[in-house]
Amino acid sequence: MQDMDPGFVPPPYREVLLTYHDGSVRKVYVTDREEPYPDGHLIVSRTNCDGILTHANAAFVEMSGYTREELIGQPHCILRHPDMPKAAFADLWACVQRGEQWHGYVKNLRKDGGHYWVYASVIPNVRDGVAVGYTSVRRKPSRARIAEAEAAYRDLD
Amino acid sequence: MDDTLQFTVSPDFPPDRLSGWFVFNTWLQRQLGCSVHLEMYDGFSAQRAAVADGHVDLIYANPFDATELVRHRGFVPVARPQGKSDEVVIISRASSAQDAIEALQPGVRVACTTDPDVRQIGLILLEPANLTPADLTLIDTDKHLLSAKQLLKGEADVAFLLADAYDGFSKLLREQTQVLVRSAIRDIHHALLAGPRLTARAAELQQKLVAMGDSATDRQLLGELDFPAWEALETEDVEFMIDVIDTLRAGA
Repeated sequence: MQDMDPGFVPPPYREVLLTYHDGSVRKVYVTDREEPYPDGHLIVSRTNCDGILTHANAAFVEMSGYTREELIGQPHCILRHPDMPKAAFADLWACVQRGEQWHGYVKNLRKDGGHYWVYASVIPNVRDGVAVGYTSVRRKPSRARIAEAEAAYRDLD
Repeated sequence: MDDTLQFTVSPDFPPDRLSGWFVFNTWLQRQLGCSVHLEMYDGFSAQRAAVADGHVDLIYANPFDATELVRHRGFVPVARPQGKSDEVVIISRASSAQDAIEALQPGVRVACTTDPDVRQIGLILLEPANLTPADLTLIDTDKHLLSAKQLLKGEADVAFLLADAYDGFSKLLREQTQVLVRSAIRDIHHALLAGPRLTARAAELQQKLVAMGDSATDRQLLGELDFPAWEALETEDVEFMIDVIDTLRAGA
């Protein structure tokens, strides 16, 4: 995955090197700006078994700040925010690879370095008994739940 | 059982589309060359009982019922209405101080049909207020109009409605209410499904339905149903919608 382009990120921002589960590294640029989650929207996406995006609905595209063309074919972790603990994603992948559902609060990184909080649910897509990918739906969490998640994630790696 | 095919429409259809569905049924009879009976059930429970008893051969189903019909009752996808998705509104009385989702408090009384997609999506739309089903008093109704009436009588604080049904209400009724939130999901929609007695003719029916968009007369007929054309619906399209619905249910 390519490094983020700081040309799209309004200063001030901080530069962070993110290391993913496969050992690859990406330079990201992060601001403190939170993008408000629009009322009523549900963000829907689908990946293949390798976590590569194959579908993104309009809300996904809008909130990410990328174009659909920039998203499809990219790893879902293009949205990974450095404030999210690795343990949360390790738990997500372990769950869905066992064929189970996963739910959790996630801080996502936008193309412009901002972020937005979601409550995410992920399930495996099973066809003829075989997982062929994963579907995720995210919705607007309450501020109380976001505050709890922020506190919990600060205590994790 | 006689040879007449049994057709039904999800009871959440807007009432002003009733005559359109009967005209569509006549079109179906001509195209299939057999007798088709359109049965409009009063509510979801009556319709589900008819499905369970094998009395439905063709159904315009809401997305949550489509999940059950395709996964467990041997129905196959035929078509979907072009450009239409299932969205939900949450409304309160126009005079109510409860004028935003975040203003709702535990104990709120919610009028809602037993329409499973409306209920599920409505509950999700309340999450930003930190409300869970345990915080609500749900008042069951059989029709979206009855949900609105519960609201206007003061017996409910908010109502969950299919957005299409709300938009079809009279101007007077809409002016007595305010929309707190309108969903924007886009990925779930109603679907026309063929039951086991019609499966062998599903591909033929799909072809005829998709071709309706090419005929000015047929487009006028579809206009009465409030969509411009039918789109072919394949198994994988429905499987994806089912995955989305399962994800919504799983996260509730």
